[in-house]
Amino acid sequence: MNNNIFFCGVGGQGTVLASKLIASAAMRRGIPVMSAETIGMAQKGGSVFSYLRLGENLHCPMLASGTADIIIGFEPAEAVRSLRYLRPDGCVIVNVHPIMPVTAVLNGGSYKVSEMTEYLKAKVANLTLVDCKRACDEIGSPKAMNMVMLGAAIRTGVMDLSLDDIKAAMRERVKPQFVEMNERALDYAG
Amino acid sequence: MGAIAAGVNLVAGYPGTPSTEVLETAAKHNDGSIYVEWSTNEKAGMEVAAGAAYSGARSMVTMKQVGLNVASDPLMSLEYIGVKGGMVVMVADDPGPISSQTEQDTRHYAAFAKLPCFDPSSVQEAYDMIQEAFELSERYGTPVFFRPTTRVCHGYASIDIKEPSEYHVNKPDGFKRDTMRWVIFPRLSYANHKKIEARNAKLSEVFSDYKRNFIERYNENNDGVSRGIATHGISYTYTQEALDSCRASFAKKDGDAETEFPDVLKISTPFPFPEELAVKFLTGKKEVLCIEELDPVIERQLIYLCGKYNLNVKIRGKLTHDVNDAGENTIDSVKESIAGFMGWQDMTANPDATGNGDDAAPPQLPVRPPVLCAGCPHRASFYAVKEAMRGKNTIFCGDIGCYTLGNAMPLDMVDTCLCMGAGLGIAQGVGHIEPDKTCFAFVGDSTFFASAITGVVNAVYNKADMILVVLDNSTTAMTGHQPHPGTGHRMMELAANYEKPADDIANVVSIENVLRGIGVAAVETVNPLDHKKSVEIVKKMAGIKGVKAIIFKSPCVVMVKHDKPKAVEKDKCVSCKKCINSIGCPAIILNDGRAFIDASSCTGCGLCAQICPVGAIV
Repeated sequence: MNNNIFFCGVGGQGTVLASKLIASAAMRRGIPVMSAETIGMAQKGGSVFSYLRLGENLHCPMLASGTADIIIGFEPAEAVRSLRYLRPDGCVIVNVHPIMPVTAVLNGGSYKVSEMTEYLKAKVANLTLVDCKRACDEIGSPKAMNMVMLGAAIRTGVMDLSLDDIKAAMRERVKPQFVEMNERALDYAG
Repeated sequence: MGAIAAGVNLVAGYPGTPSTEVLETAAKHNDGSIYVEWSTNEKAGMEVAAGAAYSGARSMVTMKQVGLNVASDPLMSLEYIGVKGGMVVMVADDPGPISSQTEQDTRHYAAFAKLPCFDPSSVQEAYDMIQEAFELSERYGTPVFFRPTTRVCHGYASIDIKEPSEYHVNKPDGFKRDTMRWVIFPRLSYANHKKIEARNAKLSEVFSDYKRNFIERYNENNDGVSRGIATHGISYTYTQEALDSCRASFAKKDGDAETEFPDVLKISTPFPFPEELAVKFLTGKKEVLCIEELDPVIERQLIYLCGKYNLNVKIRGKLTHDVNDAGENTIDSVKESIAGFMGWQDMTANPDATGNGDDAAPPQLPVRPPVLCAGCPHRASFYAVKEAMRGKNTIFCGDIGCYTLGNAMPLDMVDTCLCMGAGLGIAQGVGHIEPDKTCFAFVGDSTFFASAITGVVNAVYNKADMILVVLDNSTTAMTGHQPHPGTGHRMMELAANYEKPADDIANVVSIENVLRGIGVAAVETVNPLDHKKSVEIVKKMAGIKGVKAIIFKSPCVVMVKHDKPKAVEKDKCVSCKKCINSIGCPAIILNDGRAFIDASSCTGCGLCAQICPVGAIV
């Protein structure tokens, strides 16, 4: 089965590690992968994307609009920004805790999260909202967020990968002292 | 990895997105037999790689496209001298541009320098092709270009790689003295120029048979296909995706009815251009669409060939506005170009989720320009200069690095930015025309070593009146924290002790001593996070005549352990928003009209606490 996965968020949220874990989990199962990501200037608080494709007969790591099976949105406004990549019947996992850009704070205004989630609800039938702030508080680490998102994405069943596949890939890449925390984050189901 | 499989003996380079990871990968997978260095700048790296290749080594130098401008002086002469061991000049281009000053196209440099150029379209192809590039370089005794673009550089994929036992092994036989070969003189250049022209004519034939230059025919019946697409690099894969998607749509709509699909010409060696193959492709065509990123290199070559061989083919592309003339291509943009070219009216973009439900307008999205990190010492440096010079006639010349982001509101402290090291010269030029202005040039520590020192000498020699501000965070932060001469670490030791770099292995080149040695009138080093002292020093320096330098020294916040986060005491905060409006730290946000510090992003640098007029931040 081929899968097109689109990650979006803000620099520093851990989107790249999340994408690499899915990729290595797939490779351990013998599924070919292709991926591309924006790094560099975008890291410093800018929008970041990562494209990940699993399966046979892929030419190119990038996605055309309307071809993502799932968007894993680490930030609500970024998920809205990326929606044109989603198939009409695709699935969205989104963290509802916003990151306000400095420019918005300076202008005295912040965008309204409810506007973003309402828009997503209107457009996406298969939508999962995740309260990552609460999850991180309960797990006890602000760094748990990417694993919470990854766990939620795996539970949709869109990808042919299990939580155990991801955990095995995670153990290879993460320092031993963080493995237990990351496993709890992957298992966190709200 | 491909270079390692090709038996590379030496890799040098200067960091620059998106080229940086090539050298880092070579260092990480080094079994100890490869010499790897971060050079002071691209010119130094080019010369180091050339010296190794003179000695029979296989060498590689890595840089981004603008770095090639710095290294072009040795390169243009090296073209005439040639090499003994294989030498690959790996230059990453950046269509978009995504993180560069220019959209320059290294394929032009290849033609200008008369050097063969390889242009990979995928991660797998890059792995295989760089090995072929080394072979060709060695066979013809010439450096060769290898120029991936961002989407190839920052892509990853499962690929087939060689076992270490299959690697090419190259044992350098050393430099052999031969002044007629290695010392450039006009007579030698004339003789070698003739040889180069003859070789490139031969290479054009060789490249017509090269397996990575090819014609792909999409129709069962090969004859009479009147239209074709010529493409390269990542755009070739976009073309494949777009054509696959159109074919699927036609199959759904028309069943078995056959639609004519264009032939595709893939060019992997833009120079020397595979003329014979291209003429074979053009013959019998009515129209050809060229899909390229950056400049219309293939398009102009095909137009030239149509004239040369009297072929009546209409060549379309960037010059005819069928393809975007700036920025990067995408699968969607390529599909649109192809649909327009083929007259496939209903082959537009796929339906996507934004078309679901009612057609309510999407909410307004926040813009997210990149900003300096929370706790970044550059913020404190810029703010100290801003406070000290408030109301004065000043100019702030910026440079290339993280600190270019000092341009963002509310700091607004970058009046100019051109290229690496240019701020110094610009500050001097402005000062000569406007003697009453206090001219500042800001430069990072890595940029200082790469290309600012000659600018300081120029200022001292020509009696300029300016203040140089060195923002010394002890790393090359923008590109991912590479070491440089001021850090005391070298790439070889760093790679060998990746987890815990040993202290002070190399001699540290002291910026302060360099400046004193040049004869700068006054040099002061200060921690920018001490706001009061920093402001005093800037004011003192502004009162001295001549060339002065302030070194703001504080390590990059990403590299060090953070202090306890600061917090706003609610009862004391008077909602004046000075902390927000003056320094624009991303850790400070507004909550119910009051400043609030996000503990997970605050690094405890304490700048805001020094600014708060009522002492509410502790």
